[in-house]
Parts: sequence; structure tokens; C-alpha cells
Amino acid sequence: MDAVQVAIAEQVAEQHRHHGKAQFFWVWGALLAITGIEVFLGYQNMEPVRMLTILMGLSLIKAGLIIGYFMHLKFEVSRMKWLTMCSLVFCLAMMCIFFPDAFRILHLGVK
Amino acid sequence: MADVAVEQHGVAAAYEPSLFGTYSKKIGMWLFLLSDSLTFGALLYAYSYGRISTPNWPTPFHSESIRNATLMTAFLLTSSLTMVLAVRASVFGKGKAVRGWLLATMACGTAFVILHGHEWSNLIAEGLTLPVFPAVPGHEASKEFANVSRTVPQFPATFFGLTGMHMLHVTLGVIYLGIVALRKKFIPILLGLWLVAWLATPSYSPFHYGAHVLLLAAIAASVIVFLKPKVYDSSDVEVAGLYWHFVDLVWMFIFPLVYLMSTRIL
Repeated sequence: MDAVQVAIAEQVAEQHRHHGKAQFFWVWGALLAITGIEVFLGYQNMEPVRMLTILMGLSLIKAGLIIGYFMHLKFEVSRMKWLTMCSLVFCLAMMCIFFPDAFRILHLGVK
Repeated sequence: MADVAVEQHGVAAAYEPSLFGTYSKKIGMWLFLLSDSLTFGALLYAYSYGRISTPNWPTPFHSESIRNATLMTAFLLTSSLTMVLAVRASVFGKGKAVRGWLLATMACGTAFVILHGHEWSNLIAEGLTLPVFPAVPGHEASKEFANVSRTVPQFPATFFGLTGMHMLHVTLGVIYLGIVALRKKFIPILLGLWLVAWLATPSYSPFHYGAHVLLLAAIAASVIVFLKPKVYDSSDVEVAGLYWHFVDLVWMFIFPLVYLMSTRIL
């Protein structure tokens, strides 16, 4: 790495030094607890769409915790946070365009 | 925080600040992870598409499978904790602790891959298979799976595609961490693991041939560590950590979508 990169890396390392260990254990505990809730819900005889909505909601919370704390994005500059997350959400949301076709096959059949 | 003044050749000079306030290696890894998340996104959408459009979607995961997958999830979550502790130790310059936490992360990752391989082997032996997988000698397909591969081929195709891709990522992640932790010393270990994985698995198992991924990785890793030897610093550990957390993150969607949504409730 050149001198500029080394200096930036040292700044980032300095930020890391200010984060206590305890928060990582809290996040880990929360992730395990949410996983426990998900497994419990897996055995409830729930309507699939309702179950999927709840499970995906819980997964998004877990993803937020991992990205925010473990991947450190919460502590990055806002430009980095917004650009990465907005572009990802936009691209993934665009893939939803295929779902109406899946419902069409289910309700109307293949013609 | 993005303004960086760097003293070079004895002259203090202010350089243009980094646009994202971080070093370029980390930005590169973030860009790779964004593109990789679209790969997994496409596979998860394909699985969900099949799930929605197929009324007789199988629910093959009994309580044993769910217990196994829950344990795998716990291993991955714990590996993320040990990884973040490795990053923390690296910024304080504690070399021994870094290596210890990285090895703990690798152990959890390896446990995940072994449990996953066990799960795959059970499903294949019971008859949930792909046309490319050889038949398991001496095993009759169970009643439950006798017709699944024929009537709902989307299930094994998307299941093995999605979880196989994730297993490959975890395996490569363990190798990546091994290189960061042990450098050249990891190459003979990796070759040993390849031999064990290749010789210990029966010839009809997909892992018999899949083990060669370890050999290919050993060749690629050798090229990297011998042509560009270096001591990995805290930025390298952090970038490796980003990759590892991403692998964990993807599993947080695969586990509920694939396993919990296909739980067999007796």
C-alpha cells in the first residue's frame, strides 16, 4: 500500500480501537436469540405467506445487525453507507419483477 | 475523517481525501460483495419462484435436518463473533490473538462444511438427487423422495445449486483465512486436507470430486503467497473479515427460506 492508503488504514484501525468488545457479544446473543425464534416459528402450522413474511422480516433484522456491527458499516461515512445499500436494495428489488409470473403459473397454469 | 495529511520524503502534503473515507482494498471487497450478493440474490429468487409456482413443493426437512441446520447456523454466527474479535485484536497489534481467533473462525467454518456435507449425503442416500450425481449403491430411494426428483426437479436443482454455492463460498473463506493466519505454512495443511477429503469419500459421493476444489485453491494460494509474500496487517484481516461476515449473512436468508419454509411438521 502507498503512504496515503497506509494513513487511511491507520485511521480506520483507530476507529476500531474505540469499539468495546461487549457490543459484539450483544449482537451475537441477539442473532442467536432471533435464530431460536425462527426455528420455533418453523414448527408452527402457519399460512406459508404469513410465515415467509415473518421469517424474512427477522432475517432482515439479522442482516442489519451483521452488516452494521460485524461488517462495521454503521461506523462508515454516510456516503459509503447510502451508496452501497441503496444500489444493493435497488438491484435486488428489480429481481422481484419475476414473481408475478410465478403467481400466474400457480393460479392460471401454463398456456 | 476523510482528510488525510501524509508526510512523505520529509515534506508534509495534503492528498485528495478518499471519497468513501476508507482504503481502496476495503472498497474493492465491498464492490465484490455487492456483486456476489446479486449472484446469491438470483439463486434465492429462483428458489422462491419455484416454491411459489409449484403447489406440490416437497417438505423434506424432518426435525433431525432442522436440528442439524440450526447447529450449522450457530457455528456460523459464532464464527462471525470470533472473526470480529480477530479484527479487533489485529488493530491492537496482538499477533498471537489474531492467529488464535482466525483459527477459531476456521474451525467453526470447517464444522459448518462437515455438517452440511453430512446433510447432503443423507439426502442423496435417501433419493433426493440430481441427474449428475451417481447412484448410491445398496440404497433404495425412500418413498418420500422416490418421485420428487422426477415430478419436482426444481426442488433438488435449486436446493443443491443454492446450498452448494454457499458451501463453496464457506470453503474458500476458510482457505482465505488460513492464508491470512498461517501464510505459507497453510499450503501443506491444505494439500493434506485435499488428500483426506478425496480419499476418505466414496467414489459415488459428489464430494469425492468436489474435494479437488481444495487442490485448485492450494495451487492458486501457492502462486499468491510465493510470488507476493507479505505479512498480513490489520487491513488485510479486516477485508478477510468482510468476506467472512458476508458468507454468514447469506446463510441468514438460506436457513429460513430453504429449511424452515420446508419443515415437515408431524
